[in-house]
Amino acid sequence: MINVSIIKKQIAGFAGLLLCLFAMAHLAGNLLMLVSSEVFNRYAHALTSNPFIYGIELTLLFIFLIHLGLVMRLQWENRSARPEKYAMQKRTGRGATLASSTMVFSGITLLVYLVFHILHLKFGTDYRVSYDGIEVRDLSRLVMEYFGSPGTVGFYVLAMTAFGMHLSHGFWSAFQSFGFSHAKYTVKLRRLSIVFGVLMSIGFSILPLWAYLQGV
Amino acid sequence: MSERAKMTLKLKIWRQENARSKGRMTDYTLSGVSPDMSFLEMLDLLNEQLISQDKDPVSFDHDCREGICGMCSLVINGQAHGPEALTTTCQLHMRKFKSGDTLFIEPFRAKAFPVLKDLMVDRAAFDEIIAAGGFIDIATGSAPDANAIPVSKINADLAMDAAACIGCGACVASCKNASAMLFVSAKVAHLSHLPQGQVEADKRILSMVAKMDALGFGNCTNEAECQAVCPKGISISNIARLNRQYLRAALLSEESESMDCLEEGSH
Ligand code: FES
Repeated sequence: MINVSIIKKQIAGFAGLLLCLFAMAHLAGNLLMLVSSEVFNRYAHALTSNPFIYGIELTLLFIFLIHLGLVMRLQWENRSARPEKYAMQKRTGRGATLASSTMVFSGITLLVYLVFHILHLKFGTDYRVSYDGIEVRDLSRLVMEYFGSPGTVGFYVLAMTAFGMHLSHGFWSAFQSFGFSHAKYTVKLRRLSIVFGVLMSIGFSILPLWAYLQGV
Repeated sequence: MSERAKMTLKLKIWRQENARSKGRMTDYTLSGVSPDMSFLEMLDLLNEQLISQDKDPVSFDHDCREGICGMCSLVINGQAHGPEALTTTCQLHMRKFKSGDTLFIEPFRAKAFPVLKDLMVDRAAFDEIIAAGGFIDIATGSAPDANAIPVSKINADLAMDAAACIGCGACVASCKNASAMLFVSAKVAHLSHLPQGQVEADKRILSMVAKMDALGFGNCTNEAECQAVCPKGISISNIARLNRQYLRAALLSEESESMDCLEEGSH
């Protein structure tokens, strides 16, 4: 059953929606930086010192790999479904959108981004700070330092634009793959999907831009 | 004929000797094209000239030339059935183009639609999908009295909308993944909306989708280019319905188990 086109898409879409949930939680955490670095650091500490964290991280990694693996397989099948390309192919303007036709590119951009993101921040310099005698990681300091460079900020904003575009098609597309279709609500869902994508890309761009402006 | 200006066109046409040979785009200049000609009549004109020069005419599919049989195909300037919405190639007229235009004319391209010659492709894959379950097995008798079998207005309308599919394959040709989901979903929908189609609904869905996958069509990525080029305006809401009916059938239907057994047996 797992080899059926429709089921593969449904699993990939479901994994994508779960990743959306994670992204929303991640964004909420990021925005704590705007409150104060102490709140942010304490929150990060609470997350990482939690005994369940490894299980949760592994689950997240698993969901991500499912999404990645399935879309790669689907994409490979899609390419082989048309071995000979057209000399000229033009979108009608009544179907595909910029976001929908660039899902592969936005996806690859995100994959590259994620490698750097995890390497530089999660596994970045381990500064320490103490609050009320408890020593925690000073993630806030690393973030401020990291986003002091305009190149990094530019890269992040670019990646988050790709992220927003990926979501603006992917979000509603997952619902379509599960078979949600309604004369009135599908139109609304497609709009919501775009709003969601835009909000997420703005939301995730706030922190790098804000951190950069602090340092200027 | 009126003094309406005849047009001269630059044509770039895919020429391919046979299914095994390698094809290429070939340039032609065609003058004397009337704006009142259909696209196929324009190709007829070209072929008359080629024949009179003792050259091989361009092969292309057509039958009714009335927009109802689904035999005509062609990707014209990068769009299946050309630039006009809700129109088959045979119903596309040359007045949509200007004298001096360059027209790219290519066959529908998909692994499952191999080119036979020039612009002619083999769309038997669609017949195979229908043969896998796109029919009703039970004896339904002769035509029943009107309204003897109650069908709600909305279901009758949805079934009719889906039944408008002429099976031309433009959905596959326009899809960047060469997916046949619009076709399959229409063929499933026009039966599953009616009481006679209910009996074998699960089996039909499972086997038609299995056949579609086996034939090497791609996976739908919900871009709706198929719906945009469909000469009959088949909606992608049919695809959504197919998706949910498939999931339900795969998880809950007894047919699904017997299909799995069959699959294992065949390996
Ligand atoms: S030739 Fe019959 S639909 Fe075009």
